[in-house]
Amino acid sequence: MALLHPALGLPELLGLMLHFMVLSLLAVGGAITTAPDMQRYVVMQNHWITDAQFSASIAIAQAAPGPNVLFVAVIGWNIAGPWGALATLVGSLLPSSLLTLWVMRWSEARTQTRAMRAFKDGMAPLTLGLLAATGWVLIEPLVREPAQRAGALVLLGITLLLMTRSKISPIWLVALGAVLGAFGVV
Amino acid sequence: MSPVLPAPANPRELFWACNALALQGFGGVLAVAQRELVERKGWLSREQFLELISISQILPGPNIVNLGLILGDRYFGVRGAIAALAGLLGAPLLIVLALAVLYAEFAHLPMVAGALRGMGAVAAGLVMATAFKLSSALRANPLGLPGCAAVAGMAFVAIGLLRWPLVAVLLLLGAGAVGAAWKNLPR
Repeated sequence: MALLHPALGLPELLGLMLHFMVLSLLAVGGAITTAPDMQRYVVMQNHWITDAQFSASIAIAQAAPGPNVLFVAVIGWNIAGPWGALATLVGSLLPSSLLTLWVMRWSEARTQTRAMRAFKDGMAPLTLGLLAATGWVLIEPLVREPAQRAGALVLLGITLLLMTRSKISPIWLVALGAVLGAFGVV
Repeated sequence: MSPVLPAPANPRELFWACNALALQGFGGVLAVAQRELVERKGWLSREQFLELISISQILPGPNIVNLGLILGDRYFGVRGAIAALAGLLGAPLLIVLALAVLYAEFAHLPMVAGALRGMGAVAAGLVMATAFKLSSALRANPLGLPGCAAVAGMAFVAIGLLRWPLVAVLLLLGAGAVGAAWKNLPR
């Protein structure tokens, strides 16, 4: 229950929102690429939630329908209930949304300029590295536990194989992970 | 411009279209968005959709949210952007928070904790697989494949292993990569 979580005071809530606002402007490739820094801030630095809660927040959002960015609302909810969810969601969306609208109105005709292409081409491999790092941050707590290592790596391997080699919907893989996990494989 | 395409009649129609595609999108909405907006509604040509995706990817923020904002703004200005955003996020937000509450209620059950661990391992695989699949887009990159691999590898090590703050990595590594791309691009 949300009520059991330590309620954050207004200064902490504002700090949380501000941190997510900064990350919002850095989230090239989606909010998920900033997940490692979110984890660093809310788990390692402030100890508001545990590593397991952080990973579960992302898993819950992946399992639910809708944009994956909603994982930030679950993280906020786990930290401080509805106000936490509001802080992280507004923080994650407001700056990038305003920037998007502003840039679009300004740059409709400039997508082929050298500067824009250099930005896009230079950031592309960096974004891929960030995605891979996000996957690592999610799987690392499981790999560290000897009891969970084998099962986690098998699930990871199955997912990678089926996602790159077949057109299967991710929801079936999420369901498979839930069932195997429930029966103690992971 | 290509032939005139159908368009939503009002922000309400845009809201419901976004709501419908968001509720179908498990583990990512872009594929569903393509089917709904391009194939079913016909609001965008395939080329326009691709162009919007590339722009959404350059800008910070979730791609699908940026795409909705751009589309809504084009049709109806700020009202349209808000309608698209509300459609994409409203109902899914309630569902995901309900799931989070249920999870917190039952987290002490070993089966529930195990299920979430299994889903977490799959989530890690989904993100990594996305990175793999997108890597084919680097073929024409001016940094060349070795350059791209070096940048991606450094980003992975700095963020995933060393746990450096993202801001520093993006500013330092990003500036280097964009600068190198600028140098290698034809004038």
